[in-house]
Amino acid sequence: MTTATPEASPVGAVGTPFEVHVERGKIREFAAAMQSDSAAYQGPDAIVPPTFLTTATTWAPPGSRVVVGFDRRRLLHGEQEYLYHGPLPRAGDTLVAQERVADRYTKPGKRGGEMSFAVVVTEFRTPAGDLVAEARATFIQTAPKGDPS
Amino acid sequence: MTEQTIALVPGTTATPREFGPLTRQMFVRYSGASGDLNPMHYDDTMARAAGNPSVFSQGMHQSALLATFATDWLGPANVRRFQVRFREQVWPDDVLTCSGRIDQVSEQEDGSRLVTVSLSCTRQTGAVAISGSADFLVPAPQAS
Repeated sequence: MTTATPEASPVGAVGTPFEVHVERGKIREFAAAMQSDSAAYQGPDAIVPPTFLTTATTWAPPGSRVVVGFDRRRLLHGEQEYLYHGPLPRAGDTLVAQERVADRYTKPGKRGGEMSFAVVVTEFRTPAGDLVAEARATFIQTAPKGDPS
Repeated sequence: MTEQTIALVPGTTATPREFGPLTRQMFVRYSGASGDLNPMHYDDTMARAAGNPSVFSQGMHQSALLATFATDWLGPANVRRFQVRFREQVWPDDVLTCSGRIDQVSEQEDGSRLVTVSLSCTRQTGAVAISGSADFLVPAPQAS
């Protein structure tokens, strides 16, 4: 049986930039889900919670994202990091997001075979081009079952 | 503000906070808020068909709870880096405990301090569900 896996984007490949509107109601909804009653996430001057930028990719237009290219049945989200280069984005801001394959590497699996890693960085910039934030996701493809080491 | 009463020295720990027992409604709320509509987090039939005992919490849901804990501690506007590593699955009825410790403090030229912390989110079993770290840029205290 063949497994249709989309062709992986190589290191350095970038997606098409897309607009992200930081919405007040969405921040409030996210804060409720994270059980926060902090005033910082309420009202017209609400700032984003640290992990909020994850929601941006939900509405990324088709074709704007890079292809990790891993088998979904062996895919793990291993690590996630957010960097903010200054004051946090706030309600009403428009950002321009762009994905990039920052790294790919392999490691021996604990039970033989090979684990593959891909690091995808999403940059968030102001419309003028200033870097505001970065999200770094590390995806892991575990070694296939029964793969000889 | 509370954050100015905290001793910003390495080794200082935050008062731990519990979240839970976690409910399926919390997972659904996070699904909607984040846009992650993977049915493994709200559809028991599909989760079991995939070999799981039940639905389970999104790793990013636990990350968001850990972020609530961390930003309540050192200030939502002060966060400059937040990193998590996913270690163990989290299930309905789990009770999570978030804890944090200051690892490093470096004074900036303007009197603010860059505070690096270790974070962890453990299950009631004692196993770590998520470990992480963060940097906060804490402004200089106002002169009184």
